[in-house]
Amino acid sequence: MNNTETVKNSLKKRYAREKRFQLYGRMAVWTGFIFLAILLFDIITKATPAFQATEIFLDIPLDPVTLELQADTQLDEETLRAIDYAGLIKKSLRQAFPEVKKRKDKKLLYKLVSSGAEFKLRDMVINNPQLIGNKPLSLWVLADDDVDTFYKLETVTSRIKEQQIGFIDKLKQDDRIRTSFNTTFFTHSDSREPEQAGIRGALMGSFWTLLVTLLISLPVGIAAAVYLEEFAPQNKFTDFIEININNLAAVPSIVFGLLGLAVFINFFGIPRSAPLIGGLVLSLMTLPTIIISSRAALKSVPPSIKEAALGLGASHMQTVFHHVLPLAMPGILTGAIIGMAQALGETAPLLMIGMVAFIVDVPGGFLDSATVLPVQIYLWSDSPERAFTALTAATILVLLGFLAVMNAIAIYLRKHFERRW
Amino acid sequence: MTTQVNGLDSLALRADDMATQNNSENLTADKHQDVEVLETIGENILENPKFSTRNVNVFYGEKQAIFDASLDIGQNEVIALIGPSGCGKSTYLRALNRMNDTIDSCRVSGQLKLDGEDIYDKKMDPVLLRARVGMVFQKPNPFPKSIYDNVAYGPRIHGLAKNSTDLDEIVITSLERAGLFNEVKDRLTAPGTGLSGGQQQRLCIARTIAVSPEVILMDEPASALDPIATAIIEELIDELRENYTIAIVTHSMQQAARVSQRTAYFHLGKLVEVGETNLIFTNPRHQLTENYITGKFG
Repeated sequence: MNNTETVKNSLKKRYAREKRFQLYGRMAVWTGFIFLAILLFDIITKATPAFQATEIFLDIPLDPVTLELQADTQLDEETLRAIDYAGLIKKSLRQAFPEVKKRKDKKLLYKLVSSGAEFKLRDMVINNPQLIGNKPLSLWVLADDDVDTFYKLETVTSRIKEQQIGFIDKLKQDDRIRTSFNTTFFTHSDSREPEQAGIRGALMGSFWTLLVTLLISLPVGIAAAVYLEEFAPQNKFTDFIEININNLAAVPSIVFGLLGLAVFINFFGIPRSAPLIGGLVLSLMTLPTIIISSRAALKSVPPSIKEAALGLGASHMQTVFHHVLPLAMPGILTGAIIGMAQALGETAPLLMIGMVAFIVDVPGGFLDSATVLPVQIYLWSDSPERAFTALTAATILVLLGFLAVMNAIAIYLRKHFERRW
Repeated sequence: MTTQVNGLDSLALRADDMATQNNSENLTADKHQDVEVLETIGENILENPKFSTRNVNVFYGEKQAIFDASLDIGQNEVIALIGPSGCGKSTYLRALNRMNDTIDSCRVSGQLKLDGEDIYDKKMDPVLLRARVGMVFQKPNPFPKSIYDNVAYGPRIHGLAKNSTDLDEIVITSLERAGLFNEVKDRLTAPGTGLSGGQQQRLCIARTIAVSPEVILMDEPASALDPIATAIIEELIDELRENYTIAIVTHSMQQAARVSQRTAYFHLGKLVEVGETNLIFTNPRHQLTENYITGKFG
């Protein structure tokens, strides 16, 4: 047998091996893709109901007699605040369902409406006292979360009683119940009542926290990277620092939380739960990522550019700031945005520094108590009310949306500022 | 004319040699070893030089790259540094404007003087030195900026232009001197990296002369270019000689013969022979020089 024969005989086997390998590769890619698709499908189906809120139409009596107001009473805020709005809503429900007589049934009837409805009504009346008069106020109010879940998903759970189903059917016949876009989800903060809970607080918390993180980690990270890469002398000490930065990138994030607790809260006395402390801890966590990616970007700038500038008589500093840094900037920004995206999704270290608290107010600055989106997800996923499942999924969607946007910005920056040399 | 004939001669010799290379390989290697360089032959010392270097030693860490090289470079002359790969000619060139400073492990000893001033003196600022001694590199390396900004960069950082009209003038004269202006005058704002290789190298030369240096060091400026672009660069070097002192490292002996007045031959870190270019190529005095220019190795 000559060589040609030998090669020919081995070819079949070689091609088969290549085909097999390609098959494995395709299978691996598809497995990943299928898992991603399942995950996204699950989250999206679970999240959809959260973007709809069930509302009930009420005619609320606002005549002075019902309100027990004397004709000469001044309608100042104190008087208006003292009105029993819960009672008004209950009264309007009784008027809508005159056939309900039993005390037990009445209680079930009152439960149709969210406990937040009375506050909505109160604010409306205080803002506009002219509403008080003989004409009843027609108003769509939020339904209770159990009603909401039942109405949207049309599944009977143990949380909803038979009588209530009857009430809802009647409301449906009278066109007094509807679903509309859930603005509460975007305008309100956390609440124990799912129908009144929203992500505004967590969103603002994430915003302030990330702002602190960006303001600290980007300048510090870039300065450290430029110094280490371009100016620092090569000796044992800088080697030691380099090794430690690489190690820091691999430290579990919760350790940074513990560090923040011990150093920033206990030693420096920074208020806990505040975006400032969250941002500080996340900066520590993101710094290694930014430093490492920035150094890689600086290293990839061709030395010929540096030599050209030096050869013209540019100082070391001018060479770095006029030529090396601008050329490395897309890489640095990409690294920074990926670091920030990591920080946006981080939960564990924030649990250690008190950002896991139940906070109803929207944080207005660096020092207000706050929580962040991933922690909000963690909190809601733990809540027993069924409606929180949808809210959790919806929040995950919002978070994923932000991450996608940030990564898109990173890609755009890389493409936009990329220059050939 | 003589030099050109010479270049052709050496080519022919080289071709002859190729044929017998297999037989003579061992012989050549032996010759290599046998001939010891004791001291530089020829006219390495000049009167009233621009650059004067004595007993220059350059080390990369433990390894010595240049051994006791003493060489003067005269005013407004073009000197070619030739020699086989790794002979230290680029290292020597880079010692002249302290580009070696950027390499941590590199040490230079000996006396290097520009107009009588020691350039490795503590008082000598490398930034000032490099403004006086410009450099053109092997690979064209324009900045990823516009053609205008490439040329304007040096004058800008040194504050050489009082206003924008001044700067415009510097840029235009530099481009004209580099023989590039007519080709790029309509697109000064276009990126410098978009030019052809030869144009890029002329842009780099324009960028260097925009700072008005006294000396221009050229490290194989035409090795990445095609013959036509090379010819243009060589013509340019000849014109630049009027105003500048030029030291050029080259792999091509023909190029050395065409552009330079003096030639220095380096071998394994030692300066073997220095002399008038046409004498070096017609009548080499050292065995190693002869071997190199006749193509026995290199």
